[in-house]
Amino acid sequence: MADNKFDTPEIREYPIIPKLQRDVMSHSKPFIAKEPHQEPLGFPGELVDDWHDVAIKKMGDLQSKYRSLQVYLDSCVKCGACTDKCHYYVGTTDPKNMPVARQDLYRKVYRRYFTFAGKYFPKLVGAKDLTKEVLDDWYSYFHQCSQCRRCSVYCPYGIDTAEISMAAREVMDTIGVGQKYCNEIIGKVHKIGNNLGLPGPALEDTLEGLEEDVEEDTGVAVKFPLDVKGADVLLVTPSADFFAEPHVDGLIGYAKVFHEAGISWTISSHASEAANFGMFIGSYENMRKLALRIREAALELGVKRIVFGECGHAWRVAYSFLNTLAGPWDFLDQNYPIPQHICEVTHGLIEDNKLKFDKSKNDDMVLTYHDSCNVARASRMGDKPGGQFAIPRNVIKAVCNNFYDMSSDTIKEGTFCCGGGGGLLTDDLMELRVKGALPRMEALRKVVEDNGVTHMAAICAICKSQFSKVFPYYDFTMDQIVSVHQLVSNAIILTGQNDENEENEEKDGKNHSQRDIDEAA
Amino acid sequence: MQISILSISIAALFYLAFIILAYGLVFKVLQYTKTPAPLKIPTMPAPITKAGVIFRMSKEVVLFESLFKSSKATWLFGWLFHFGLFLDMLRHLRYFIDPIWTWVLIIQPFGKYGSILMFIGLVGLLIRRIVVDRVRYISAPSDYLMLVLILCITSTGIAMSFYLGADVISVKSFFVGLLTFDIQNIPADPVLISHLIMVALLMIIFPYSKLLHAPGLFFSPSRNQVDNARENRHIAKWAKELEKN
Repeated sequence: MADNKFDTPEIREYPIIPKLQRDVMSHSKPFIAKEPHQEPLGFPGELVDDWHDVAIKKMGDLQSKYRSLQVYLDSCVKCGACTDKCHYYVGTTDPKNMPVARQDLYRKVYRRYFTFAGKYFPKLVGAKDLTKEVLDDWYSYFHQCSQCRRCSVYCPYGIDTAEISMAAREVMDTIGVGQKYCNEIIGKVHKIGNNLGLPGPALEDTLEGLEEDVEEDTGVAVKFPLDVKGADVLLVTPSADFFAEPHVDGLIGYAKVFHEAGISWTISSHASEAANFGMFIGSYENMRKLALRIREAALELGVKRIVFGECGHAWRVAYSFLNTLAGPWDFLDQNYPIPQHICEVTHGLIEDNKLKFDKSKNDDMVLTYHDSCNVARASRMGDKPGGQFAIPRNVIKAVCNNFYDMSSDTIKEGTFCCGGGGGLLTDDLMELRVKGALPRMEALRKVVEDNGVTHMAAICAICKSQFSKVFPYYDFTMDQIVSVHQLVSNAIILTGQNDENEENEEKDGKNHSQRDIDEAA
Repeated sequence: MQISILSISIAALFYLAFIILAYGLVFKVLQYTKTPAPLKIPTMPAPITKAGVIFRMSKEVVLFESLFKSSKATWLFGWLFHFGLFLDMLRHLRYFIDPIWTWVLIIQPFGKYGSILMFIGLVGLLIRRIVVDRVRYISAPSDYLMLVLILCITSTGIAMSFYLGADVISVKSFFVGLLTFDIQNIPADPVLISHLIMVALLMIIFPYSKLLHAPGLFFSPSRNQVDNARENRHIAKWAKELEKN
């Protein structure tokens, strides 16, 4: 574990709203992107000379392209409803982590340059020039927003700080102040096809290894196909699923479900990544370019359906944006939702009684479920609003005997971000990540104590990576976070499965050596 | 009849205020309409039909549903203020319409008390702004002044309705005159005149301030979009251009 130069916040018995402490997180800044990370994305390699004018021009450009930005900048009445809703505020107590204060870092510049009141009465309305200090604040605090949209649920006008963070990051990228973590990763996907920079042959090896593992385990030859032309389903999944715990157990779960349901499927080495970090930096162009890889792969392989693996923001881009960015999808089978979530697939099969489970296989666990922010507040599953809450829970309940929800204000649309979303899942932001996890840790602690919960399931690669990393700070162990399809994998009864396996089943003998999987999320 | 300079000034002020309000609002509404929303971003769970969106929006406009979820105190004071304001604005129609519509007459008795609700709401909001450290932190001078301005309008209104009285017959003929470009005298009542000047000021400030939250809510993509991204392709003109490359 990286050296712990900060104090882990204490779990509070009664989570009251903390008193604010000014600027206690102003030192938190991610590494700046260097030229090799910036230029492949079309951004300048370092701070441009006329950065001030370029930034103001970009702000104007974005306001004319995004209604959300224009309306949200004008509409805030500073009512304060959002001030206690951000997990980063709760965990850090820095007032600039209150959603409205974070927006105001941008809004005060907007007011100064774009509104009558700010041009002529700046002091009166709190308008400020864009100075180097303001830019520093932007870099610091717009990288303390995980774009989880919790504030937008509680805002009377639906103002979504994520929209403002995205705009601010795009303005910063445009003047040469990018964030290394996101931009380096986007470059890798543009070049190789996934966040890890894992080339086709390595992927093939990994998948073959998984086939051997599963066959050894179950006696059934479950395939993990790669680049198979004519397969029905293209599975697009976060690259963390290819090797890291607990992600890979989820991938094994998807494979078993496809196998048992007799669905032919394939992974593509060209689109071997569900994550789309283009969204985090607010760049429509980059997000579109990444999404088009999926279209290219689907056309190349001639698939009929696209299914996404467990990944939160990837599902937002898939569910809400994919049709816009890379559609129309008229060449796919219109009888299935395009795209479809793996949980929708599994849930549908369960409803149709196509899968058999031995729920007792998960009896060593008492489960709770963490709603990932982007799934909960930015997407849907199934055909009814709220399906994104019901479907994963129903899948869990179909394969586990012991399930308890965390308290109601911390789940579903009110869920707390894991603390690592929105392009912040990097070691240079460890303090922020640990502190931002506090509200979720408190809710989890409560069900651990009240209901004996032992494990938390999630359907997001970032959540899983983040929790395995921050759990130890809060006296949990890193293997207490599990994939939903890991539970499915444990319980599913494959046709022709070894029965003797039950006797000599090693008690989850996997070695949980934590590799640095953050990039893969 | 001799028209006083005061009456001409107030009349001119209201014409000016109306022009600024109308121009500013039309400009903003057109700007919001013209600016595309390139991506589907409704805050989920969201309605999957247009009718559902209308229902969701109505709950926001009438009941402040989201605010209720977030802060009961702010909701209570905010809602009292806005509901009181709504009642009182309806009641004020009697100064502009002749003959007065029956339903405006019917609400007069309670309409009067709208001002009391406004007063309670505004005082609550002001106290909250001063007392709660988080809200104090995010407040600019204009945020306090806005509350103080509306509080002064409300107080002068309450003073006239409940204590001092006002020559409502003359007030009415003045405003009906304004509508028909036939300026009448306004009583030189200092409380009434200050009430009116502050109202005009509020009208002028409206399109250049956070009062834009009123039209803004209707244009908020997180609230007004239908959740149908998988079924319907949603693409902005500028985004379509990218597809040509």
